Amino acid sequence: MTTFAFALLFAASVFGYAWNRQAASSLRNDGQRLHSLSGFHGLYSFLCVSIPVFVLILVWLVFQGSVIDWLVTAPIAPENYATLETGPKQLVLAEIKSIAGGRIFGTPEDWKLAAAERLIQLRTMSAWLLLAAVFALAVTQVLRARRRVDADFRARQGAERMILGLIQFCAIFAVFVTVGIVFSLTFETIKFFRMVPPLEFLFGLNWEPQIPIRADQIAGAGAFGWLPVIVGTMVITVIAILVAVPTGLLTAIYLNEFASSRARAIIKPILEILSGIPTIVYGFFAVLVVAPAMRQFGADLGIAISPNTALAAGSVMGVMLIPFISSFADDALSAVPQSLRDGALALGATRGETMLSVLFPAAIPGIVGGVLLAVSRAIGETMIVVMAAGLIANMTLNPLDSVTTVTVQIVTLLIGDTSFDNPKTLAAFALGMMLFLVTLVINIFALRIVRKYREIYD
Amino acid sequence: MNDMTKVERDLNMSDAKIEARGVNLHYGTNHALKDVSIEIADRTVTSFIGPSGCGKSSFLRCLNRMNDTIDICRVTGQIMLDGQDINAASVDPVQLRAQIGMVFQKPNPFPKSIYDNVAYGPKIHGLAKSKADMDAIVEKALRRAAIWDEVKDRLHEPGTGLSGGQQQRLCIARAIATEPEVLLMDEPCSALDPIATAQVEELIDELRRDYAVVIVTHSMQQAARVSQKTAFFHLGHLVEFGDTGRLFTTPNDPRTESYLTGRIG
Ligand SMILES: Nc1ncnc2c1ncn2[C@@H]1O[C@H](COP(=O)(O)OP(=O)(O)OP(=O)(O)O)[C@@H](O)[C@H]1O
Ligand SMILES: [Mg+2]
Repeated sequence: MTTFAFALLFAASVFGYAWNRQAASSLRNDGQRLHSLSGFHGLYSFLCVSIPVFVLILVWLVFQGSVIDWLVTAPIAPENYATLETGPKQLVLAEIKSIAGGRIFGTPEDWKLAAAERLIQLRTMSAWLLLAAVFALAVTQVLRARRRVDADFRARQGAERMILGLIQFCAIFAVFVTVGIVFSLTFETIKFFRMVPPLEFLFGLNWEPQIPIRADQIAGAGAFGWLPVIVGTMVITVIAILVAVPTGLLTAIYLNEFASSRARAIIKPILEILSGIPTIVYGFFAVLVVAPAMRQFGADLGIAISPNTALAAGSVMGVMLIPFISSFADDALSAVPQSLRDGALALGATRGETMLSVLFPAAIPGIVGGVLLAVSRAIGETMIVVMAAGLIANMTLNPLDSVTTVTVQIVTLLIGDTSFDNPKTLAAFALGMMLFLVTLVINIFALRIVRKYREIYD
Repeated sequence: MNDMTKVERDLNMSDAKIEARGVNLHYGTNHALKDVSIEIADRTVTSFIGPSGCGKSSFLRCLNRMNDTIDICRVTGQIMLDGQDINAASVDPVQLRAQIGMVFQKPNPFPKSIYDNVAYGPKIHGLAKSKADMDAIVEKALRRAAIWDEVKDRLHEPGTGLSGGQQQRLCIARAIATEPEVLLMDEPCSALDPIATAQVEELIDELRRDYAVVIVTHSMQQAARVSQKTAFFHLGHLVEFGDTGRLFTTPNDPRTESYLTGRIG
């Protein structure tokens, strides 16, 4: 039925376009001077029809579910539904829905069968109502737009205003989503800090986010000091950057200055493939290949290395970031004008000297921007560390130990039974908030630097 | 053997600093220079004139092997500097470019300070023994390029912050700071006002005492003012080459005459 509604929307818009356009053309053929081209009259009608009808369909779809639920459950005897808790209520509703869908388990009570019957009726009715509403609105809008066609009507301005509104809406939409996410993060974080003092969270050295499962359990007070977690993140990030930045930079320098066009044509696509590999694949590469190899190597040297190490996770993450850094540095280096290269070469500089003393300094702001973006990616990376770094929050700087990161902890906190009223779950939001703040600061820095470097050569 | 070449040089090449024989240049399939032969005399200003796209810049870039940096560019023929083939395998283009300075059509100062721009060449070639030495080299180069007075108080500000004309003179200073034997200038005055142009022309005239100078220009007046020899290029051919005064007054080739009178260009 929704498909029909959309088909109707489309048909009406196209009809409105054609009708208005044709009307405007015939005015012109009668010798009148039109203010707007006939195409704009058509466009005006198209937008007049499609925007409101589309909004109508969307609103309908968003609200029909809850309205129908309400109508279905309203007549049920209060002791069977209205007085229940949220959880059981949802169970009842789900059962009614599955009965309506034809999947009946056991012998449901009569009131459930009746409710299912109502549900089916309401759904059909809603679909027809939607079609009727769409039809009515579309016809009204087509007629209204058609009535406005005359020589003086400023259809172009009208259409442009609507398009402008549409564009503005899209831009604002992203802002709203961001604000919404930040807001909900903040909200839950505040709830968390009501249960756990901020000082304990920010400066605590223990991260043991257990909570008692039964009220009488003694051993599970839980500790929520985020330092070991953020330190783990930092250790892994530093390792990743230490791997990625030199390799990526040298790759970019090679590709930019020294590679023949054939080598370039081979290496660049391969780097692109590298950056297209899903992080989960890197993750099992880290667990199944890199970590065992390191362990074996350590065993040969007589060093005990735990199966999960920051080094394995970090270095694989570094490999993941190589194409990121190299493509950023490559762009930055190529953005240095050829004339600077020529200038240095013509003075008798070697290619190496040209690179080091002219190209590299000129490209450095762009490169730094890329590195900072890579840092914030490394901090936010989850999959590789979930698989390869471990779960235990050790307060350690030793890369051969297993560490855990902010993202891993968020995953483990939210896996399984969650309810939003205990510090264990809320801690995930607090961690998320901190992660968000850290990457935000880094991104702001990165964008600043990148922008500054754009200003130099334009 | 060595003596032999020296004698030969003395006999045949009189004062030729650079001698090109049968130079052909291709950009991919575009035949941009066709069989160009020319002798560029030492301590002389030679100007290249000709319509846009006729290959003046391309030929200039052959002389210090800047075309090496363009993948699709292929140069054949012989170019001798002091009797030595510059395209020979034994010649290091880096050394060659230190001997032959170049100023480009568009000013291209490095994003460094004015001082570092000028000091760059001397530094990489180890021409200065001390900081004071370097200061002297920088000052001399800036003075010769007629820009010292404008920048002496801001030597450590970025070179990219100068005006277009000042940047070009800075680039000239940068090129002469390495004390090259030949200076190639590709339309060095196209971004300059008349006063700065006059100063650069004065500089060119002064450089002539020590160097061979080759200048590409679109201004026939400028060619007439500063050069002793003029070469006219057209569609990749070196059409005519001779003493500037003679070429401008009694050109031998009808194409030269048409260009000088503004009929082709
Ligand atoms: N880097 C390049 N790649 C490909 N073709 C080029 C390149 N540089 C020059 N050409 C071609 O070579 C020919 C000669 O160009 P060149 O720059 O030498 O002309 P010019 O005489 O210096 O012109 P102008 O007076 O406009 O500077 C032109 O046809 C041009 O299109
Ligand atoms: Mg040119």
